[in-house]
Amino acid sequence: MNRFLWPLIAVAVLLGFLVLGLLHGDPRALPSPFIGKPAPQFELPTLKNPEVTIGSKNLAGDYAIVNVWATWCVMCRAEHGFLLDLAASKTIPIYGINWRDSRVEAIRWLDELGDPYIASAYDADGRVGIDWGVYGAPETFLLDPEGTVVYKHLGPLDPVIWQREFVARMGASGGASK
Amino acid sequence: MIPEIGQFALILALSLAICQAVLPLVGAHRGDAAMMNVGRSAAAGQFVFVAVAFACLTWSFIANDFSVLYVANHSQLSLPTIYRVSAVWGAHEGSLLLWIFILAAWTVAVARFSSGLPDAFAARVIGVLGFLSVGFLLFALLTSNPFDRLVPAPADGGDLNPLLQDPGLAIHPPLLYIGYVGFSVAFAFAIAAMISGDLDRRWAKWTRPWTTVAWMFLTLGIALGSWWAYYELGWGGWWFWDAVENASFMPWLIGTALIHSLAVTEKRGLFKSWTLLLAITAFSLSLLGTFLVRSGIIVSVHAFATDPTRGFFILTFLAVVVVGALVLYAWRAPALDSDVGFAPLSRETFLLLNNVLLVVATTLVLIGTLSPLIIEMATGGKISIGPPWFNVAFLVPMIPLVILLGMGMHAAWRTQAASPWLNTLKIPAIIAIILGVVIPLFGYGRISIMLVVGCAAAAWIVASALIPIIRSLRREKGTAGITRSALGMSIAHLGMGSFVIGATIVSAFGVESDRALQPGESIEVAGFEFHMKSLGNVQGPNFSAIEAEIEIRDDGEYVATVRPQKRQYLVQRSLMTEAGIHPGMDKDLFVALGDQLGNGAWSVRIQYKPLIRFIWLGALIMALGGLIAISDRRYRSTAKARDKVPLDSTKTAEAPA
Amino acid sequence: MRKFVVFIAAVLLTSPLFAIDQEKRFDDPELQTRYEQLISEVRCLQCQNQSIKDSNVSLAADLRREIARMIEEGQTDEQIAEFLVARYGEFALYRPRTSGKTLFLWVAPFLLVLLGGFALFRVLKHRMSLPIDDDTTNEGRAE
Repeated sequence: MNRFLWPLIAVAVLLGFLVLGLLHGDPRALPSPFIGKPAPQFELPTLKNPEVTIGSKNLAGDYAIVNVWATWCVMCRAEHGFLLDLAASKTIPIYGINWRDSRVEAIRWLDELGDPYIASAYDADGRVGIDWGVYGAPETFLLDPEGTVVYKHLGPLDPVIWQREFVARMGASGGASK
Repeated sequence: MIPEIGQFALILALSLAICQAVLPLVGAHRGDAAMMNVGRSAAAGQFVFVAVAFACLTWSFIANDFSVLYVANHSQLSLPTIYRVSAVWGAHEGSLLLWIFILAAWTVAVARFSSGLPDAFAARVIGVLGFLSVGFLLFALLTSNPFDRLVPAPADGGDLNPLLQDPGLAIHPPLLYIGYVGFSVAFAFAIAAMISGDLDRRWAKWTRPWTTVAWMFLTLGIALGSWWAYYELGWGGWWFWDAVENASFMPWLIGTALIHSLAVTEKRGLFKSWTLLLAITAFSLSLLGTFLVRSGIIVSVHAFATDPTRGFFILTFLAVVVVGALVLYAWRAPALDSDVGFAPLSRETFLLLNNVLLVVATTLVLIGTLSPLIIEMATGGKISIGPPWFNVAFLVPMIPLVILLGMGMHAAWRTQAASPWLNTLKIPAIIAIILGVVIPLFGYGRISIMLVVGCAAAAWIVASALIPIIRSLRREKGTAGITRSALGMSIAHLGMGSFVIGATIVSAFGVESDRALQPGESIEVAGFEFHMKSLGNVQGPNFSAIEAEIEIRDDGEYVATVRPQKRQYLVQRSLMTEAGIHPGMDKDLFVALGDQLGNGAWSVRIQYKPLIRFIWLGALIMALGGLIAISDRRYRSTAKARDKVPLDSTKTAEAPA
Repeated sequence: MRKFVVFIAAVLLTSPLFAIDQEKRFDDPELQTRYEQLISEVRCLQCQNQSIKDSNVSLAADLRREIARMIEEGQTDEQIAEFLVARYGEFALYRPRTSGKTLFLWVAPFLLVLLGGFALFRVLKHRMSLPIDDDTTNEGRAE
């Protein structure tokens, strides 16, 4: 009797894993390998003024948001309103990385829709994007005052996600609380 | 109106399926002939109503009824009629209806051709199939109704995924499902045997043809999918070990093991509980495949866009079916042990080896498919397991299997004397070793261990499989020739040989080259010259395309002109590649357009694929072998009259045959 | 004509705006082979299960470019794999690297064959001990 129960036991175990798998959520979501590690070093010309550079050095000192965006990215447009609100509330500095985009188009986009960024870095060939492990836009990174990556969010931001994922991780020392 | 008729028909089908599930099983238990007979009528009724529902959905597509949500999402005014029909099964809800339809069709076939089976047994089989129908109909009606309305109806639809607008892909799902779903018959036969507690050699004889037919269609369906991926997806590959591909391949592997195991059970009454387990596993893997594809649990370009609710439903259904079957198995299997034996060198041993290796292969594919998920659960880290692992892992059991294949065919039942057997194998062995070296070295100019193994294995299988055929042709007048069963076996194995040589050669000697080309320029790949004559635009019924005209020459001599296209479908706006292929049994020349580069040039992928067609030809030949095998005399009706006598006449009340 | 213009515009707008040469080619065939092997084993993270060799999306093109650059700089396959894993995790590689959790993957084929062999051996031993004759009245067919 004993050995004929093994298939049943094996199947039960397998089913257990499959249930867990179903509960788990989006199989495509990739956790960032940088969580808990220093943000990748970079230095790029800014979008609006190529003479000026912006890089990791600018990000340290306070909690900061780095938002990867592009004009060809539909979801970036969807979250843009929220970013403007967030910038207006002066809760936290927002930096942008304009990823694989046309400089002219990007500047026009910001002029038309508003610019929530303290400054946007212009990543023409995507190399910095790769260094940050970016694989889709929009992506938003939360950095702590030491420049460590606390959290990465893939997809557009909204107030709910902001509260649940970002504010919750920012601790007492983050900017003016909101 | 029509969609409502369709929906109502589904509900009626469900009620009939419930009758079909419950009454025959109760009737078999009580020996009530009237109740048992309900099964056949209920099955016929269910089929009619499912067919009506299917017809209603098809009509909605053809008539462009965009008030039906499913039609609105997957069709379009400018979609050619033939694709409006194939769009019926192009997404989740419709393909589920197709599944239900095919299950109902198989059930009717069983009802029709089961006159040779004892009544109680046939009733139980139909009852189990009814139970499966109930599960799927509930799934459709509760979570995936194809007849949901969209109000207000849009003026035009969202179009069928352009990848699916292709004749090859149009028939791929039906063929595949006939196979997948067909294993439910073997499953039902297994459950029926376990319920009654009787399983003997006749049971194996009854089960075999049904299993073989399902296996045939699955073979064809998988081969078609592979061929389609090759010419449609634009990257020239024929197998990617994608989760959904694996989902269809695992039932095939176990189905192959099952066919071979049934041979032993039919011939000698051995491996009964093992054969039962295989029959349960084959269909369980079909269900698992359905789950994987529709639950959103894995990442695949094949996966239906769907949600976890549906995933939970299928998983629950899968759990009930498989756990139920395995409980029955744990209960009944111990009593099935038989007490005859066989010698170490015998056909039984080789078939056992076949089964072991196929089960190992299946387990490996399962591990590769599910491990990323399990590892993520367990450790939180995400890994990918792709072709680099699968290709290596799969060969580990496959190489021995292929070698043993040639040997096992010639081993006798019970015990085989070593000397005559080795004698038979001498010539194939010599041919194999010679061709194993000659084909790669003189055919293609390069040699390696893997190449020799691959080519030798193919030659070995072919030579070995031809022996029974040659012997039959050379036999003495008046003596019995090869039976259809044995002929089918030889031919199926020949198909395997064709597959092995195709896969070996194309993997080793295929050449791929990505280059930039402008009109007027030429490139040389694998000794052929590819000259881009022109680049222009063409219009299709629902797409616009850029088409390149590329002339191929061999040493200056004209070979062919191919016209690869980059299409943009007007509604979904996705870009699709139509490869330009110059086919041939000895090689394919494959050209696909990549991206537009600056200054009027395009990136072009050119591939040289030697013997690639042998891969799909092999599958076709295998399926043909299966067909021939089941046309054998002993599966025909005259033989069946003898089977009507129940296994144990004291167990069921039965009218005299 | 208008449809064609619209089509071309659509193509340009949906393709990467800074389209680069499709493939980096090395004159050295060994390097080229290494390059092709590597890109066939790296996952396209923007796609639904494709390698960066087979995908046309911008990230795939970028990653191919980076890998070509690293090969040119003389980095080893190990270093290139490490580069990718540091940024995208193990998920980026189709060939699972041998670490604690993936060791069993590479051992599994052999382990399973051994297990199978063991099971087979036990069955054979049992069957060898049983009488071979049985009272079949069946036709003496070979299959």
